[in-house]
Amino acid sequence: MGSPEKGKREELFVSGHRACPGCGMALAVRHILRATGRQVIVVTPTGCLETFTSPYGYSPWRVPWVHHLFENGPSVASGIAAALRMQKRDHIRVLVIAGDGATFDIGFGALSGMLERGEDVLYICVDNGAYMNTGGQRSAATPLYASTTTDPPGKLSSGKVQEKKDLPWIVAAHKVDYVATASVAFLADLRGKLKRAMEVRGPRYIQVDSPCPSGWGFASDLTLEVGRLGVNCGLIPLLEIRGGTLTRVRKITKRIPVEDYLRVQARFRHLFAPRRQQAELSRLQSLADEKIKTYGLLKG
Amino acid sequence: MPWEEVLEGSEAVALAIKACRPQVISAFPISPQTHIVERLARMVAEGELQAEYVRVESEFSAASVVSGASLAGSRAYTASSSQGLLLMTEVLYASAGMRLPFVMTGVNRTVSAPISIQVDHQDTISLRDCGVIQLYVESSQEAYDAHLAAFKVAEDPCVLLPVMVCMDGWILTHSYERVCFLSQEEVDRFLPPFKPPNYLDVENPKSWGSYAEEDVLMEFRYSVQKAMTCAKRIIRETWQEMAQLTGRNYGGLVEGYRIQDAEIILVAMGSVAGTVKEAVDQARESGQKVGLARIRCYRPFPHEELWEMIKGAKVVAVMDANFSMGSEGAIAMDLKAKLYGRPSAPLVVPFVAGLGGREVNTHAVLEIVKSARQCYESSIHPLEAQWVGLNAELLTE
Repeated sequence: MGSPEKGKREELFVSGHRACPGCGMALAVRHILRATGRQVIVVTPTGCLETFTSPYGYSPWRVPWVHHLFENGPSVASGIAAALRMQKRDHIRVLVIAGDGATFDIGFGALSGMLERGEDVLYICVDNGAYMNTGGQRSAATPLYASTTTDPPGKLSSGKVQEKKDLPWIVAAHKVDYVATASVAFLADLRGKLKRAMEVRGPRYIQVDSPCPSGWGFASDLTLEVGRLGVNCGLIPLLEIRGGTLTRVRKITKRIPVEDYLRVQARFRHLFAPRRQQAELSRLQSLADEKIKTYGLLKG
Repeated sequence: MPWEEVLEGSEAVALAIKACRPQVISAFPISPQTHIVERLARMVAEGELQAEYVRVESEFSAASVVSGASLAGSRAYTASSSQGLLLMTEVLYASAGMRLPFVMTGVNRTVSAPISIQVDHQDTISLRDCGVIQLYVESSQEAYDAHLAAFKVAEDPCVLLPVMVCMDGWILTHSYERVCFLSQEEVDRFLPPFKPPNYLDVENPKSWGSYAEEDVLMEFRYSVQKAMTCAKRIIRETWQEMAQLTGRNYGGLVEGYRIQDAEIILVAMGSVAGTVKEAVDQARESGQKVGLARIRCYRPFPHEELWEMIKGAKVVAVMDANFSMGSEGAIAMDLKAKLYGRPSAPLVVPFVAGLGGREVNTHAVLEIVKSARQCYESSIHPLEAQWVGLNAELLTE
């Protein structure tokens, strides 16, 4: 087993992959592997990450990596973890790094099974809020009133009319030891959460908000800025939930109105033009207010 | 020490799996597969079998767990039936494509709708194209032997594909039969520990399941077909080795029963072969030259051995316990495709028999023989399968 200090400096997700410019997910994965070191095996379900990292003959992964199917990441990881225990190689840790479609939707049953069985797997959902790989269709992770290619705004539609599935708490309800939400815009926070997650055995879940320039509609140099706005408006709370209980929140340093977050993204443009949709904007603001209150996100 | 015992077919399979020392087992319950996986669970609970037993929330996950274990370099096993096998389909395509040599039991049962737990081969036949080797057995003894052989075939460096042992639900899994067992030492000599040529290794990191396009995908597919072709030789050699070890010789990929000089040859697979052999004996006693070619390995399809057996016959009657809606039974299709263009090929007459547990007795088999003979004698070349034993009263216009 390599020394963890050495592992931290090592780049295990290298350049040359085919992610879009400004991809939050690619950034997240690089930092995830910096934090875990090389003694890991990564399972990635079908999605953006699989597509942009695996054209046959090329790979940016310097750890053992497998893509199997869309809906079975947690089960493949369970099988790997079981084999490692039998082979007495279980100093090697098993990660799933998946998108939100694999996690919230098609692989949800397998994820619940993995959590319930107490598998020794760290599941990381890099969440860009839609099926970006196939052109930006709606997932259960798509936020309220966002426009996607399958719930476009129109005369009868304000975009997606359901709230985002509150998956971290659904995971937490499985009584797992470690659940956290993070953002690529707060990398030190993400690294700390990975460190704490790696100190625990058993199922763990981290959901990383990952702005997507092409899917959300913003310039590719604004990824971190958009991520920061999401956190600072209250819609993306950064939490730690241990054993089903909220144990830590990252306080908002400079609170902003939700509109400041929405205005910079084309997926919310229909809320402002051709006419302002006040009811929808108010509901999104109260959603943020509610999160700020529930989780105590403001200082003081 | 080798020993013999009268026990349930499921138990014989569980004992075979135990002797093969799998490191990971995963299953989801479905009738009639349950007794196998329950018995294995008891072995693990009692410490008789050192394995990780992953009790999953679906067959999709069961296949995925053994796939993951195989990727990590462990010997792994699962079992299912019917809807469960259909649910595994996507995983099995991917596992064959990634060349993962786990073993599974396909306990044969029909598929919905209507829902039924009774036996036919529709479930496993539906998986014929995915790259999983399919062996079919006639008895509990052969089921025991085939599971030992299955791991050896799967793990052969020129094969590296999943192997499914298909056994008829209830008829084999739930009936009691005398079965002879090898000693653990004999099994260990026959089947050494699995040494995967590639596995998920942090010291030698590789990527699996990559995205492939038009420049390489066909070569990936062809490599699976090459492995299937090579598997024919490996399966024959493995069964020969098994025969030397056990004294039980079932033949190669196809078992011939009273084939020499046969004018009418029945083709079947699975437990119905016992009944067919009885019917063949009766036909022979009445002076008819009838034989049976029992397919023991359906994928890869053993057309070379079948040809050797049937080339001298006048007519071949295929008994399919499956049906491809809009066409005909799978064995008939395969056989006719491989015979087409051979100038001296016998007439092939397709029959569908035993769907959903419908009884196929010696009388039904002799009727099939009679019907096949009539086709030959009247030079009728039937393009549609005959469904054996349909109840006309239930069929409304």
